[in-house]
Amino acid sequence: MSQTNRLSSGGLIDRRKPLSFQYNGKQYQGYEGDTLASALLANGVDIIGRSFKYSRPRGIVAAGAEEPNAVMQIGASEATQIPNVRATQQALYEGLVSSATNGWPNVDFDVMSYVGKIGGKMMPPGFYYKTFMWPQTMWPTYEKYIRKAAGLGRSSTMKDPDQYDTLNHHCDVMIVGAGPTGLAAARAAAATGARVIIADEQEMFGGSLLSSRELINGKPAIDWVRTVVDELSANPDVVMLPRSTVNGYHDHNFVTIHERRADHIGDRAPVGMTRQRMHRVRAHWVVLATGAQERPLVFAHNDVPGVMLASAVTTYIERFGVVPGNELVLMTSNDDAYLTALSWASTGRKVVAVVDSRAKADGDLVKQVIDKGIRVIFGSAVYDVDGGTRVKAARISGLTADGKKLTGKSETLSCDTIASSGGWSPVVHLSCHTGSRPVWDDNIIGFVPGETQQKQLIAGGIRGHYDLLDCLTEGMNCGYVAAERSGYGPVGKRPEYKVARIRRSPAMPLFLVPHLKPISQAPKQFVDLQNDVTSAGIELATREGFESIEHVKRYTAMGFGTDQGKLGNINGMAITAQVLGKSIAETGTTVFRPNYTPITFGAIAGRNCGELFDAKRYSAMQPWHEENGALFEDVGQWKRPWYFPKSGETMQQSLNREVLAVRNSVGILDASTLGKIDIQGKDAREFLARVYTNAWAKLGVGKCRYGLMCKEDGMVFDDGVTSCLAENHFLMTTTTGGAARVLEWLELYHQTEWPELEVYMTSVTDHWATMTISGPNSRKLLAQLTDDIDLDKDTFKFMDWRPGTVAGVPARVFRISFTGELSYEINVSANHGLQVWKKLMEVGKQYDITPYGTETMHVLRAEKGFIIVGQDTDSTLTPYDLGMGWAVAPTKPFSFIGKRGMAREDAVKPNRKQLVGLMAKKPDVVIPEGSQAVANPNQPIPMTMLGHITSSYYSATLGRSIAMGLIRGGLDRMGETVYYPQADGSVIEAEICSPVFYDPKGDRQNV
Amino acid sequence: MLHIFCPHCGEYREEEEFRCKGQAHIARPLDPEACSDEEWGHFMFFRQNTRGQHRELWVHSTGCRKHFNVIRNTVTYEIEKVYLVGTKPETEGAAS
Repeated sequence: MSQTNRLSSGGLIDRRKPLSFQYNGKQYQGYEGDTLASALLANGVDIIGRSFKYSRPRGIVAAGAEEPNAVMQIGASEATQIPNVRATQQALYEGLVSSATNGWPNVDFDVMSYVGKIGGKMMPPGFYYKTFMWPQTMWPTYEKYIRKAAGLGRSSTMKDPDQYDTLNHHCDVMIVGAGPTGLAAARAAAATGARVIIADEQEMFGGSLLSSRELINGKPAIDWVRTVVDELSANPDVVMLPRSTVNGYHDHNFVTIHERRADHIGDRAPVGMTRQRMHRVRAHWVVLATGAQERPLVFAHNDVPGVMLASAVTTYIERFGVVPGNELVLMTSNDDAYLTALSWASTGRKVVAVVDSRAKADGDLVKQVIDKGIRVIFGSAVYDVDGGTRVKAARISGLTADGKKLTGKSETLSCDTIASSGGWSPVVHLSCHTGSRPVWDDNIIGFVPGETQQKQLIAGGIRGHYDLLDCLTEGMNCGYVAAERSGYGPVGKRPEYKVARIRRSPAMPLFLVPHLKPISQAPKQFVDLQNDVTSAGIELATREGFESIEHVKRYTAMGFGTDQGKLGNINGMAITAQVLGKSIAETGTTVFRPNYTPITFGAIAGRNCGELFDAKRYSAMQPWHEENGALFEDVGQWKRPWYFPKSGETMQQSLNREVLAVRNSVGILDASTLGKIDIQGKDAREFLARVYTNAWAKLGVGKCRYGLMCKEDGMVFDDGVTSCLAENHFLMTTTTGGAARVLEWLELYHQTEWPELEVYMTSVTDHWATMTISGPNSRKLLAQLTDDIDLDKDTFKFMDWRPGTVAGVPARVFRISFTGELSYEINVSANHGLQVWKKLMEVGKQYDITPYGTETMHVLRAEKGFIIVGQDTDSTLTPYDLGMGWAVAPTKPFSFIGKRGMAREDAVKPNRKQLVGLMAKKPDVVIPEGSQAVANPNQPIPMTMLGHITSSYYSATLGRSIAMGLIRGGLDRMGETVYYPQADGSVIEAEICSPVFYDPKGDRQNV
Repeated sequence: MLHIFCPHCGEYREEEEFRCKGQAHIARPLDPEACSDEEWGHFMFFRQNTRGQHRELWVHSTGCRKHFNVIRNTVTYEIEKVYLVGTKPETEGAAS
């Protein structure tokens, strides 16, 4: 197909550089400088999608971010798919592959159109709430079809081959928008020496000037744009970001910008370049020069392809050299839209008529149009459209002065394009992101930004000031003010701008053009094209009692989704106000939230994906673990060996082998990840006594003690062994996952409650490599590697620690045990970890030393009934509930953290859930963790639940399954039977017992 | 994202470096045993839900690890004051 709508000259496209592209499987051609939308219009493509709810054919309406219909799927391969791209914002490149998002099975014919025909009755507003919420079980079915039919775009199922990144900036003046206002502001601010960032969502800077015929200082506006852009480019303190949408304006002048760095180049980013970038800018001052978007008028069948925004038609003609039709009817309530008639007429195609809702107008542009001999019909409006897949005619009628009723005779004007303009809506979205509510201004017939807490200035179109000279002057002034307030300037000579003012006659506030029939019976008058919201839908919402604008929005879905109410919101509010008999100011507006336009997940994630998604922490012995086939488990950010399978082993076989090695000879565990906090100061001992539940006053140098830490409510939140290194020096260990939390907790109390205590804490987790050798042969093994530590059982006792040398390296050896066996925890500096570990393995060979992982550790500790905080506890258990009252010293002088809490009525009441052991009646059955205990499995559902299984394993040591769990009043119910009903209907019977299954007297660790 | 002045570091830093620890000036009773269950419950669990000026405890968790107080407006998110633990400057209209 040839470019039937392309002019032979004019515009900012390069006709020497043709580009071929694909749309819905067909090949087309456009030029460099085109957007996908302008290229489609040049090729005469009328229908670019089907509407969301009614499946009506839709065409391109706008030329910018406000485009509601032309939402495309872009991507030549599965991996490069990007959904939700507006064709108006996608630069054309050679080989671009696009397809319509809306429209299944295709845009020209689809099954939903049959539904759509009767859809008016079938899918009223509130449809989702009314229909889909009941019966709930059907929702997945509805959703599947609705999503498919509505075609909300689709993400790639493959890994994105491109990279994305993030850039943090600080600047003095952040300018949003590079139209006349923004450029004047940037130029002024940059002249002071301030650091300036200026961003614009379009391919090139210039905004409205890109399609303007006005003169600045006697030259075409585009020349001024080029001069300023060159000037700014030469300034090293100015960052210029085209193709960059400021999508969010957050608290304290934090701005997020989505830059599409390579989307205009090809399907993939060039080598060495990221595809998109998220800029995170903290600015001293922000200048919003976001301009205004044209508001369409609402009339019957205003969604037929060929109905467009007046300014968009101008843009396509002036900037892209594309005339999107042959015969134009222009419908307007203001002077500005007359520019469209002038542009259209200049192409040699026919302007059928300008239909102006005002009784008269005599502004400069109006006069120019009349002078050209174009028919202008005052006091009239287009109230309906003929045509299905393309406009065939406009039906016009006289309009009363208040715009509320049609009057006089109807006339039908044959045409294929209707351009409409209801005036301008300032783009206030960003100003709302930080909580400011826009304010209605009758003078400009639009909302302008309200008061704000931010260091924000607004200039030009966003204030409702549309005259070019005003925009340039205001922009310049704001640029200077923002720079001066950031500490720059003032400058002496300011540039002067000479622009001929255009005299405009007053605009008329008109939103909904009345029909011959009342709203509820008139043909569809679309307010929000993307969400298929009609004026009748809004009226219905108010009739059903949804009178707040926020409720109307939610009931009708107006302004939902990727559209965010750019085109339709103001009309919707005006219609709501009209129906309710209120003013627009009284009705108010909904708020706009980030993001202004859709952002890709790639840009949000930046480099935080794959290997860089989260930090990974490894112990010093990681290379050995990997070489020896360890499987790993994530514990917080740590990678810990889970178990070390030998070839041919099942997981259970590995665990059994590792468990028995510890019980019968010696095993070795990498315990480096346990949190370690070094605590010093003359009040360190007192501090420990306040944060732990047990006593610390008498712990001598060289001794270790296990402690429980509670919160103020008396519930256990961490545990670990703390050792006395010197009189005022302790080493605390915490759970692996709780290390950072515990340190912050200790600091909180020290800094806020007890600043008088002289105590210092620092994390030393990474400083030490820790290896635990455990089993009856561990002493013999250690003896072969140290000659300065006396390992005699009566001098180096259980819960002692000794400094010395192990494998030739300075070490701290702690005789503590999490397995119940004779154990030594050897700590050496992390740098020596791997070497000492290897030495232990080498010397330990004679004892068949066996490395074991966290899973084996869990089995071993469960055999002894040792708890794991976070697995056997869940912030609802006191030390007494855990049967660990022995670790509480209530007579300590200071009321330690948790003491008062665990004495509360609720914490001491009988029948609390308590931790006990559980043995399945069938010894080979391992009760699934999380199973709920009941007293009577035959009780009708819902059964009375007594507690749940927290830890459950097969114990090779005992040759049977063991479990720990919570049972109401469990400590007093030893020997009783409880039942664990399973999801498959079976029931596991178990007996309550002590959680210490093995060596209850602790003989094995005291040898 | 808030821009927070750490009084210990003497610099503005991004909110990501900090953690909010909730309402400030919740003093631990000096004699917990003298508290009734109700009083202890109030100390542990009851917090204000202030609209407007709110005194909060923050910690520069990935910076200097020190705690400090701020007065933050919960409507505008403006941080009106930053001050050290152990002090409590007067301010117009602060609820606590």
